[in-house]
Amino acid sequence: MEIVMAFVCGFLFMAAIYLILSKSLLRIIIGTGLLSHGAHLLILTMGSFKGSAPPVLSDGVTDYVDPLPQALILTAIVISFGVTAFFLVLAYRAYQEIKTDDMTLMKGSEDNE
Amino acid sequence: MNNFLLLPIIIPFFFGMLLMFGQKKIAYQRITTLLGLVISILCAFGLVANVYENGPQIVTLGNWPAPFGITMVSDMVSALLVLTTLILTFFIVWYGFESIKKEREQFFYYPAVMFIIVGVNGAFTTGDIFNLFVFFEVLLMASYLLIVLGGEKAQLRESIKYILVNVISSAFFVITVAFLYSVVGTLNMADISQKITEINQPGILTVIAILFLLVFGMKAAIFPLYFWLPGAYSAPPVPVLALFGALLTKVGVYAITRTYTLFFTQEVAFTHELLLILSILTIVAGCIGALAHFDVKQIIIYNIVIAVGVILFGVAQMNEAGLEGAMFYLIHDMVIKAALFMLIGIVIYVTGTTNLRKMGGLMKTYPALGWFYLIAALGLAGVPPLSGFIGKLLIVQGGFEAGNIWTSVFILASSIVVLLSVMRIFIYAFWGEQGQLATNVEKKKYNRLFFPTMLLVVVSIFYGIGTEWLTPFIKQAANVLMDPSIYIDAVMKGGE
Repeated sequence: MEIVMAFVCGFLFMAAIYLILSKSLLRIIIGTGLLSHGAHLLILTMGSFKGSAPPVLSDGVTDYVDPLPQALILTAIVISFGVTAFFLVLAYRAYQEIKTDDMTLMKGSEDNE
Repeated sequence: MNNFLLLPIIIPFFFGMLLMFGQKKIAYQRITTLLGLVISILCAFGLVANVYENGPQIVTLGNWPAPFGITMVSDMVSALLVLTTLILTFFIVWYGFESIKKEREQFFYYPAVMFIIVGVNGAFTTGDIFNLFVFFEVLLMASYLLIVLGGEKAQLRESIKYILVNVISSAFFVITVAFLYSVVGTLNMADISQKITEINQPGILTVIAILFLLVFGMKAAIFPLYFWLPGAYSAPPVPVLALFGALLTKVGVYAITRTYTLFFTQEVAFTHELLLILSILTIVAGCIGALAHFDVKQIIIYNIVIAVGVILFGVAQMNEAGLEGAMFYLIHDMVIKAALFMLIGIVIYVTGTTNLRKMGGLMKTYPALGWFYLIAALGLAGVPPLSGFIGKLLIVQGGFEAGNIWTSVFILASSIVVLLSVMRIFIYAFWGEQGQLATNVEKKKYNRLFFPTMLLVVVSIFYGIGTEWLTPFIKQAANVLMDPSIYIDAVMKGGE
């Protein structure tokens, strides 16, 4: 299972990097979304897949899933959700103002404003 | 168990919420912000006194014992940084009344400032590595708002890059925490420190140490990762720039200091050597940038990069003198950078340009500005008895004690470059023929900008002169960094 997850994470990171390195702003934002998905899956994998029952503890329960990675993922998902929403609004606003979504035209040097 | 240490985080948060209402009433916004900051500063003074008397203060949220719940730890390092943060924010907000413009004041500028200090103070205080990530995100979210607020073309363009860099670094942070969790199985920083000594896995922990250096280095702007800083910081208006320059990179520096003194003390020969080399390269890169530019904002921005290098050089020595120097220099740099940005803001206001070549002869028209700029510039370079001297002295002493003779000499040489870079502004802007002057300078507005700036420079002078009096506080901070068992014992005892 860990091997499969490692490949899935790796694939997500690969796709994310490919998208982030592209010119179009929208693709970059999708890339950051994939990057955070990869990171979240990695937390899940790193918490290991031992245990099968939900972590409701009472006497004699020894076989349970580690609840901490799930709590971390939940927090990280909420944060990346907020940041992505903000990023999308910002990209739209920048598109209105600068009239382009091409990152190569946003260098800020004398020849490109 | 004492909730007092949470007050410098909760009070700005509470006032930030209050400020979300009545956004159009500028007088209400200004008074509430100042009131919140003054109350927080008083609490922070109380906190420093308390930590000085009784040692590190601990709160475990929800009363869960130490490794399970989220712990907030206020030792001398974090208490001093929290106090400095609040005092600086007070001066910057006061300065901003005249220069931030009405449109920004009506659109959540003050709540954003409050939330950014919630994040900064939280990051300084937390004792849980994942909670550190959360507070980083709090301060980043507020900083995204501040950097884009105003919606000018340059701001929109630069904020896209700023957000992208920070989103990637946040993803790295999550990944690194995941790796660390899989190795040590805990998130409490004191517990991690204990487990790391027990499990004895130097290889994988060195990888994690380098990943942490990457994550925090991107925030702190160390050598290969500082590329985003000059562009992003030049976009927002001067008060926001002062706030960012004084606080945000220093949070990254603090995080590196904390992790490299608390966690990664096993493979010092590799990790701290790398930190040393990177800090030297950071100084070189910063010096080149500071000398190459003729834009006053850029010169001071590159000086942020140089200072980060100097502080991390002190941390990399891992001895008493080096860490004490790093603490002295860290606080000095926060104060003096804020003061310099505020002074530069006034220079830009009275000349109407950021280009040094167009300036000149300000000494005749604004002598007080010139003298205070000179004091701040000398303080930045570390001329005794001003504030930068003692920090640099101890850092270099630490370098000599650790046997890094040449790199220590290099640090001393870099002070001359720092002095040259800020003196260039003095020579070009204040000496020589009368250069460009803005036509619409109001004397009243100038005075209102100048007064808080002057007070902050005076604070920095006292920081330099009052070294003797400050030393016991800084010594205690350096002790905690030197000897992690103080920190660990406090956390583990505080949970019961």
